[in-house]
Amino acid sequence: MNQLDFPILSLMLGLPMLAAIICLFLGAHAARLLALATTLALFALGIVLWANYDIGGPQWQYVERVELFGNFAWALGIDGISMMLIMLTVFLMPICIGASWESIKERVGEYMAAFLFMEVLMIGVFAAQDIFLFYILFEAGLIPMYLIIGIWGGANRIYASYKFFLYTLLGSVVMLIAMLWMVQDAGTSDIPTLLNYDFAPEAQTWLWLAFFASFAVKMPMWPVHTWLPDAHVQAPTAGSVILAGVLLKMGGYGFLRFSLPMFPEASEQFIWLVFALSMVAVVYTSLVALVQQDMKKLIAYSSVAHMAIVTLGLFAFNRQGIEGAIIVMLSHGLVSGALFLCVGVIYDRLHTREIDRYGGLSINMPKYALLFMLFTMASIGLPGTSGFVGEFLSLVGLYKVNSWVTLVATTGIILGAGYMLYLYRRVAFGELVHDDVKAMPDLSAREMALLAPIAAAVMWMGVYPESFMAPIRGDVGTLVARIDRAAPEGDAHLKMGQATAAPKGHEAEAGHGESH
Amino acid sequence: MDYRLSLIFTLPEIILSVSGMILLLLAAWGGVKSARLISILAVAALFGSSAYALEFLTNPSFEFGGDAFYGLYRMDGFGSFSKLLIYFAAIVSLIIAPRFFKDNGTYRPEYPVLILFATVGMGMMVSAVDMLTLYIGLELNSLSAYVLASIIRNDVRSSEAGLKYFVLGSLASGMLLFGISLVYGFAGSTSFSVIADTLTGDLSTGPLIGVVLVLAGLAFKISAVPFHMWTPDVYEGAPTPVTAFFASAPKVAAIALTVRVIIDAFGGQTSTWQQIIVFVALASIVLGAVAAIGQQNIKRLLAYSSINNVGFLLIGLAAGTAQGISAMLFYLIIYVAMTLGSFICVMEMRDAEGKPLESLSSLAGLSQTRPGLAAAFAVFMFSLAGIPPLFGFWGKFLVFDAAVAAGMLPLAVIGIAASVIGAFYYIKVVKIIYFDDPAGQIAKTGHKTENGLIGLMALAVSPLGYLTIPLLAPVTATAAQALF
Repeated sequence: MNQLDFPILSLMLGLPMLAAIICLFLGAHAARLLALATTLALFALGIVLWANYDIGGPQWQYVERVELFGNFAWALGIDGISMMLIMLTVFLMPICIGASWESIKERVGEYMAAFLFMEVLMIGVFAAQDIFLFYILFEAGLIPMYLIIGIWGGANRIYASYKFFLYTLLGSVVMLIAMLWMVQDAGTSDIPTLLNYDFAPEAQTWLWLAFFASFAVKMPMWPVHTWLPDAHVQAPTAGSVILAGVLLKMGGYGFLRFSLPMFPEASEQFIWLVFALSMVAVVYTSLVALVQQDMKKLIAYSSVAHMAIVTLGLFAFNRQGIEGAIIVMLSHGLVSGALFLCVGVIYDRLHTREIDRYGGLSINMPKYALLFMLFTMASIGLPGTSGFVGEFLSLVGLYKVNSWVTLVATTGIILGAGYMLYLYRRVAFGELVHDDVKAMPDLSAREMALLAPIAAAVMWMGVYPESFMAPIRGDVGTLVARIDRAAPEGDAHLKMGQATAAPKGHEAEAGHGESH
Repeated sequence: MDYRLSLIFTLPEIILSVSGMILLLLAAWGGVKSARLISILAVAALFGSSAYALEFLTNPSFEFGGDAFYGLYRMDGFGSFSKLLIYFAAIVSLIIAPRFFKDNGTYRPEYPVLILFATVGMGMMVSAVDMLTLYIGLELNSLSAYVLASIIRNDVRSSEAGLKYFVLGSLASGMLLFGISLVYGFAGSTSFSVIADTLTGDLSTGPLIGVVLVLAGLAFKISAVPFHMWTPDVYEGAPTPVTAFFASAPKVAAIALTVRVIIDAFGGQTSTWQQIIVFVALASIVLGAVAAIGQQNIKRLLAYSSINNVGFLLIGLAAGTAQGISAMLFYLIIYVAMTLGSFICVMEMRDAEGKPLESLSSLAGLSQTRPGLAAAFAVFMFSLAGIPPLFGFWGKFLVFDAAVAAGMLPLAVIGIAASVIGAFYYIKVVKIIYFDDPAGQIAKTGHKTENGLIGLMALAVSPLGYLTIPLLAPVTATAAQALF
């Protein structure tokens, strides 16, 4: 069956599902404990998954398949990319539960149930090997997230929850029609088979657009990003963490898993669209982030900018770009999650997210200021943190395709440094003018326990990214080989006049680098 | 003609009509006191008929069906399947009724008897292969339904619902009859197979108008736009168990009847009916979604929801393939579970004195006062909206799959995009139940039967429902194949 001889992925889906149902009937404290225990157990299972993952082995591992539903199957299996995203999920979930430990006081059982159910769906999305199973799990995430925002959210939560729900639903429904068409055309709903099925180029155009509608909203790309700031601002802290940390990655995962390998020609055809939207996003949302007064909104806009780097890297059609994009996804999952937690920490003390209400926190909350600085730097992409690795690789990959787009994208990085440092200055530096801010205690042990693991992971990814790149290398290679036939010619090569050397693989790239 | 075979094939109807007449006599002699006994006997009769319908559906020796009474009536998988669904809905409507009527006056023995007669009519409808059987079945069902709608005589709204239903229903029957007479005039027969053989090629104006009028009459019965206007009024005014019945059993019967008429009688005229069905389907989806947004009464809202769902169902018919019909039948199973479940939830909306509440605002904060009922309500709403992982999604999935397979991509895309509009009001109900502060109007009832039924229906439309696909898919496929 697989290297462990038991259906570990099904277990990772079944366990939180069972715990979610039990949580509904438990009291507040018992529900918290059960949720924490379950998510920690899942993290342990995730480590087992990673430890037994055979790097360089078969593309799909831990494969399970039961023909359970007639038209589609309970088919699970992961490659390196899915595994890293599952790791991200199981790593962030205990932290989310911990972040809600004290701030959520009402309807705790239902809250924990919603989060555990969310975890089932997130792991399922990354592990699904049947396109319809993927769709069901992908869409099902709307229900718990709608409830999380709507019940435990802020003042304007109703509007935010409606917007989140309807926006993402509208994005996804057309994708279902495209999937139905694909399955009828290819005669199977098995994702690994579909990955190697060549759809007619003219059909690809429409299919790509249908998938794009869904993933662009989920990602989110400019101009369909407007649900994100609202959802982030209104969601409870843990909701924001999960939203930024994992849910946004589903969009990127969708591009990786569906749009690129299944429709390479169409992806190339629409490269201008992706680049244009991403360029606008990088610059525009960064500028918008600069003028925000609400911390969560600022981080939300920064997420849109970072996700634009992901799309740019993915559509570079080369190894550096795609690997970089995946690392940005992982890094952003950790960093933005941590930043939302940092906001949550001071929000729990002062119950406002307005930046001007703070200032001088480095004086009375030194530990907090230190960790906040680390995550700020990681968000900017300082070398030594996870942000640098991903952004550098994405931009290197992108540069091979289009140097002008790279120029604009790099501007976004500079602007990113601008708004993040500006935020940090206003929150942590300066005089302690407000008495209530002066009275805020530093991080509690619980908060330390939440932030420290993320800090460690961020540094690890920054200093030794190989641990995270090794599992995805083979799969990115497969993907690049698959889409290579449609890869756009880089603009830098055109002027070189190297008609003999086709710009493929590492050799050509190395030569290109030297000639500069 | 073998009368023995004819009688065997019509056994489900014979059992029901004979028991209906006996129970009517019993009701006349026994009076109001006998109501409970008569209900139990009616349920027993329905179970008896279900047993025969199940036998016809599953026993391989009945696989090819058979005609009864000189081609007026046909026993086949399609009819038997629809009947099972109808009987199930009728049984549930009988089980939930006594308590409701007791709380609102008296439970009269006429209720179960009328349900039985309506069910006989519906059985005739789904088995009709002749315009006259069709009409008689339809009228038997409708006449019982008119009376059922106004069965609480001293309630103005109930009487009004009955009257409205009667007047508009008669108009629709008139149109249907006029259409039938035109079709008969041009085809020379009322038999579906003869009509199919005679009306070939391009239709002249006469039979064309006939086909359109027949479809208009049927559209009224399935409450599809533009013949839907009676639905919200009748659903709102009729007593809730009756509304639950209207929204389930007759809907199944009318849709199955429409399918049979279109596929059997007008099967050769695809281009004629397909554009009508496509329009009616999309109009029903959009109007059902848009008009529901402003509703403040939960029963009216569910009425629009049923119009909306009929639109989705018709997408399967528009595809016109066996796959499409099988998708519709599967959708109907899920639809019946969702609808009955939501209406029983509505019945459970009562204040401390047992007075029924129907306004959406009375649901506010239900999740804090009655978490179980609230969760079930939310499950039905998300399921009606077709949000996975709830089972309501599967029905939509199948009809859209059929539409895509039939090459009707624009229909599928517009239909599914319009489903997002519908999602708005479903999540609005969830919002009222879960996000708003408790209104505290709805009291605990502790009705075991009702709660059990709600739980059963909620379980059926929960993700566990997907496990039934391998069991039900072949059955719906066989039933649909019987028409082709």
